[in-house]
Amino acid sequence: MKETSRIEAEQVAGNGLLHRRMFLAGGVAAMGAGAAVNQARAAPLTVEPWMKIPGTGFNGYGQPSKYEEKVARTWASAPGTTGTGSSRTPHHLLNGMITPSGLHYERSHSGIPDINPDTHRLLIHGLVKRPLVFTLDDLGRYPMHSQIAFVECAGNSGALFAKEPTAANVQAIHGLLSCSEWTGVKLSVLLQEAGIEPAAKWVLAEGADAAGMSRSFPVEKALDDALICLYQNGERVRPANGYPVRLLLPGFEGNMNVKWLRRIKLTEGPTMTKDETSKYTILLPSGKALQFVFPLEGKSIITHPSPGLTVRGAGLYEISGLAWSGYGKITKVEVSADGGKSWGVAALQEPVLSKAATRFRMAWQWDGGPAVLQSRSTDETGYVQPSRSQLIALRGDRGIYHNNMIQSWAVAGNGEVKNVYA
Amino acid sequence: MSMRKIFVAAAPALLFAFASPVLAQQSPNLGKPISPEDLASWDISIGPEGAVLPPGSGTVKQGEAVFAAKCQACHGEKGAGRPNDRLVGGQGSLPGDKPAVKTVGSYWPYATTLFDYIRRAMPFNESKSLSNDEIYGVVAYLLNLNGVIAESDTMNAQSLPKVVMPNRDGFITFARGK
Repeated sequence: MKETSRIEAEQVAGNGLLHRRMFLAGGVAAMGAGAAVNQARAAPLTVEPWMKIPGTGFNGYGQPSKYEEKVARTWASAPGTTGTGSSRTPHHLLNGMITPSGLHYERSHSGIPDINPDTHRLLIHGLVKRPLVFTLDDLGRYPMHSQIAFVECAGNSGALFAKEPTAANVQAIHGLLSCSEWTGVKLSVLLQEAGIEPAAKWVLAEGADAAGMSRSFPVEKALDDALICLYQNGERVRPANGYPVRLLLPGFEGNMNVKWLRRIKLTEGPTMTKDETSKYTILLPSGKALQFVFPLEGKSIITHPSPGLTVRGAGLYEISGLAWSGYGKITKVEVSADGGKSWGVAALQEPVLSKAATRFRMAWQWDGGPAVLQSRSTDETGYVQPSRSQLIALRGDRGIYHNNMIQSWAVAGNGEVKNVYA
Repeated sequence: MSMRKIFVAAAPALLFAFASPVLAQQSPNLGKPISPEDLASWDISIGPEGAVLPPGSGTVKQGEAVFAAKCQACHGEKGAGRPNDRLVGGQGSLPGDKPAVKTVGSYWPYATTLFDYIRRAMPFNESKSLSNDEIYGVVAYLLNLNGVIAESDTMNAQSLPKVVMPNRDGFITFARGK
């Protein structure tokens, strides 16, 4: 009886959420004292074949284990096309804050171009004193800068605008988010070399793909933290993510981080490209649409448990997920196990970086009964992630883009997890 | 003074040099100058003022023929849509809570965007293949189907930027917290 009360003393919110120190050094010991000891016996140990004969040799570029084939992106293409659409990161099968490059989400408008780096050029022109052309070799000689940053499609999580909750998992709903270490040349250095004319207020970025993907952004962003990326997670940017060079605008909607970057043009005003007028604008109930909504707002998702990851029997679990904000660092993530009635503060896994995905963790003593799991982020500007009803009250449900509402996962008595509105 | 001390002492000055436009020579300076003529083939973006629209022109009638040959398979007869984006109609569908029909006629704020986008990205399987006359014609045809210009109108570098789209004032520049 004493042991049970020890667990109850650590509860920080309803339905079994435990204080975040339960996962710190002292907490585990306390938990050991409180938890019921496993009564089932392990099977006798056997000496497996791989313990007795030499394994395989080396290879030039390593691949995941053959047992991990299910850890893969899923995708959909527009009718009559290949490679025009998006693929999604399987967050329910990953952990940590970095997305492996081969699992980074993709969004392409006319497939992945097969670009020869020897003939690729980056042009900087428009309202500059000296229009300049750079080769890849040129760019490789500039001082490099690295930044761990998330990239999120503005259409990510749009499924939560549906009138009824869809039977979908975290990959299908939230898979258009990924986080990498990006390395390259600061755009500000190249613009300084070209010489910015005082009239230049906007920048057009354009890709070398067949769709010539193009977006405008304010020159302030170019001088702040825009990065001309050559490397992703230590190796050259993958073709699907913009090889041989892509733009990174940390925190800004994914579409603006133009891949296969071939041209930067400084202009007086926005170019009003197809994507910044007819697509990435948020239609309000009034019939007017919000335009130039650049940074992604603070957001979080629980990846474990989530649909497909069935919770197997009452006991102690780690609830974990990702939180991020296009406006800076995540300062707090709260978790609820009772559909938002009560909240406990989760532990934030270091490092916690500005405009990067932050892993959060929370101990949960599941009693085997129904539960609704939610997470709610706060960023360094004080912005708190809204509930579904709060976001819809603000913008209606036809906006498509920038959906950062709280996700609710219902855990049934049999341990199955599904997307619900709560 | 050791080498390390020299580096440390010089560091603030170097950083300042990097941040200052007048001392740009601190960069490797590897960009090669290029003339406007030599970069013209890449300078394909068209802003709302239409400043760099190319010569050429097209009528609604001419555009109808190009559309039937090159666009209709994806965008449907008269731009009605299917299997890909619908291009015509939907005016009046933006306010309220019913699904909005966002097309060139109902949603696009600038006619110049049509020229820009068709030239850079369409037809899907052979982008950048249409002549300027063909692009002006398709633009004229789509604007006429949406009731924005008359059947007798011709689109060119002078007339296109003057077209006022029905949803020209339909956008609000986002400001956080407002």
